Amino acid sequence: MLKVKNLHASVGDKEILRGINLEVKAGEVHAIMGPNGSGKSTLASVLAGNEKFTVTAGEATFEGKNILEMSIEDRARMGLFLGFQYPVEIPGVSMANFMKMAVAEQRKFRGEEPLSTSEFLRLMREKSAVVELDAKLTSRSVTEGFSGGEKKKNEIFQMAMLDPKLAILDETDSGLDIDALRIVATGVTKLHTPQNATVVITHYQRLLDYIVPDFDHVLYKGRIIYTGDQSLALKLEKEGYDWLINDYKE
Amino acid sequence: MKEKDNDIIEQLDGGEYKYGFTSDIETEYIRRGLDEGVVRLISQKKGEPEWLLELRLKAFRHWQTMELPTWAHLNIPEIDFQDIIYYAAPKKQQPKAGTVEDIDPELKRTFDKLGIPLEEQLALSGVAVDAVMDSTSVKTTFKETLAEKGIIFCSMSEAVRDYPELVRKYLGSVVSYADNFYSALNTAVFSDGSFCYIPKGVRCPMELSTYFRINAAGTGQFERTLIVADEGSYVSYLEGCTAPRRDENQLHAAVVEIVVLRDAEVKYSTVQNWYPGDKDGKGGIYNFVTKRGVCHENARLSWTQVETGSAITWKYPSCVLMGDNSVGEFYSVAMTNNYQQADTGTKMIHIGRNTRSRIVSKGISAGRSENSYRGMVKVAKGADNARNYSQCDSLLIGDRCGAHTFPVIDSRNSSAVLEHEATTSKISEEQLFYCNQRGLSTEDAVGLIVNGYAKEVLNKLPMEFAVEAQKLLAISLEGSVG
Repeated sequence: MLKVKNLHASVGDKEILRGINLEVKAGEVHAIMGPNGSGKSTLASVLAGNEKFTVTAGEATFEGKNILEMSIEDRARMGLFLGFQYPVEIPGVSMANFMKMAVAEQRKFRGEEPLSTSEFLRLMREKSAVVELDAKLTSRSVTEGFSGGEKKKNEIFQMAMLDPKLAILDETDSGLDIDALRIVATGVTKLHTPQNATVVITHYQRLLDYIVPDFDHVLYKGRIIYTGDQSLALKLEKEGYDWLINDYKE
Repeated sequence: MKEKDNDIIEQLDGGEYKYGFTSDIETEYIRRGLDEGVVRLISQKKGEPEWLLELRLKAFRHWQTMELPTWAHLNIPEIDFQDIIYYAAPKKQQPKAGTVEDIDPELKRTFDKLGIPLEEQLALSGVAVDAVMDSTSVKTTFKETLAEKGIIFCSMSEAVRDYPELVRKYLGSVVSYADNFYSALNTAVFSDGSFCYIPKGVRCPMELSTYFRINAAGTGQFERTLIVADEGSYVSYLEGCTAPRRDENQLHAAVVEIVVLRDAEVKYSTVQNWYPGDKDGKGGIYNFVTKRGVCHENARLSWTQVETGSAITWKYPSCVLMGDNSVGEFYSVAMTNNYQQADTGTKMIHIGRNTRSRIVSKGISAGRSENSYRGMVKVAKGADNARNYSQCDSLLIGDRCGAHTFPVIDSRNSSAVLEHEATTSKISEEQLFYCNQRGLSTEDAVGLIVNGYAKEVLNKLPMEFAVEAQKLLAISLEGSVG
């Protein structure tokens, strides 16, 4: 589904990704961990197409297509979803309206008929239940005045609405209390099918209690330096990263 | 309305000014230039009474002594007032705007193209329209329905002929010819416009609307609107304006006067979409407008404007809160793109006791445009317990445009409570990235963000026009984001 080869990316003249290799197949869950500043969020941004970063070398294909050549919106319409660590606010634009446009764009891209208003409202009700999102929130402006937990639930709600092939969740667990974490994580698990794939970027092992990854990668200084399974996350939780990254320190 | 947002954005076409076509209509012009002879000629063409001619001449003589106002934050190229045709009217028009059959088919087609059907059965539900082309009113719909309630809604020319006492009593009572350069010019040469009178205690059952269209080349449009809401009455009024795409600049100098008598309420909404000029700033309408209303005791006047057109906009719809407990409101979205310039805002003059006013101004600048808010809140000595709340927000798109605010507060009464809030923001890269990541194109995203930003004002518009205005904002923004 996603193939990344030797991906390099920089912001200004500072190189952040320094040769990422990653392959994600349908049905898989990958976790990406690593100390602060190692490039985890940058990797998510670059795959989504954020123009703040310049790709200097390497390849990335999604469903066999070179996504590095594609616009952000086409990547999204193809089914690449980014769950934001810090969702933005769009004052005056209701979440319902925002989602209506997003769903319509995606359906148009897939050559599907637009949903009727009642079908859309039904979809909203059904999907907001996945993350126990208060239905009232969808009539409020996009994330304006949402609590930290609501913002993250809202990201997963959008993921449910858009039913992506590949979801990259950037620190969706940060800033959540235990209950919200459970709801968000269970929501993600519910949405997982053999046809789609999920990449979770996280600092903490606790998210992985709910979302069990098939692969656990450690990203450090712009490279994936180690890949293991869930036991890696437990070991990292206990022992930290030092045993892994010592060899790479400059 | 939520559902509609999306439909609107989908309907967007290439982003060109949609109303830029010209109509091939036989037009009668008078000679170019302005002198007493021209003023007399206009008056004669309209078959006006002596008093009105006298008023025009007085205004003209005064105008000759006046200087062009230069205080606005606008770069105004020199306007040659002798190079303008002050009167142009579609020919073949019946003197009494009667049935649709009387109207030149080409004229009718023009208004159909603009989405303003002149057949009443097709007209927007519940909206009566007065259509003004160049210098004259073409047709007023639903006149009979309104007449049953005693409501007068007609062209200014008809009003002068049929209701001379009313017109004479109120014309110039709110905006005197001596008020400013353009009000003097307008009083001297105004050719038509709308007149509306709502009798005591009557709630006007439909939206009243005037649609202004400039068609003829080389002409200026000088219309005059007078609305009188008698005691305890209510009316919601809307004006729309478009013009063909031309390389030359055309002058539009209108005056709108509103008299809101005791316990009455008037809502006046404008969707101004004059041709703004092309990408390089060539052509476009120069829009110099004086709009003012007087509120008597317990009266309420609410201005809502969506300004997206014109190369230059100079406009300050104001409220004189004369009566005790009267209320004035001003809700504005002014958007400029490319080389457009706008200097717009309001004046709230508190004279009566317990008067309240509210100003919500949302400026949006894109391209290389300059957008200014200019406001004055004045509290007279006797205006005990006056209250004003002002909010001026500016949104910048790109880094070559300008947003400015010039608020003035002048309070002579220590019991007044005046609040002013202002913000300036940009559409952030993060917002665009977020929208793009959900599959929206950048242009749709900007349209969405701008409509969200302007929502508080758009919500004040009557439903049909709110939709129109949203569409307009999105279209006017096209090409503003690289």
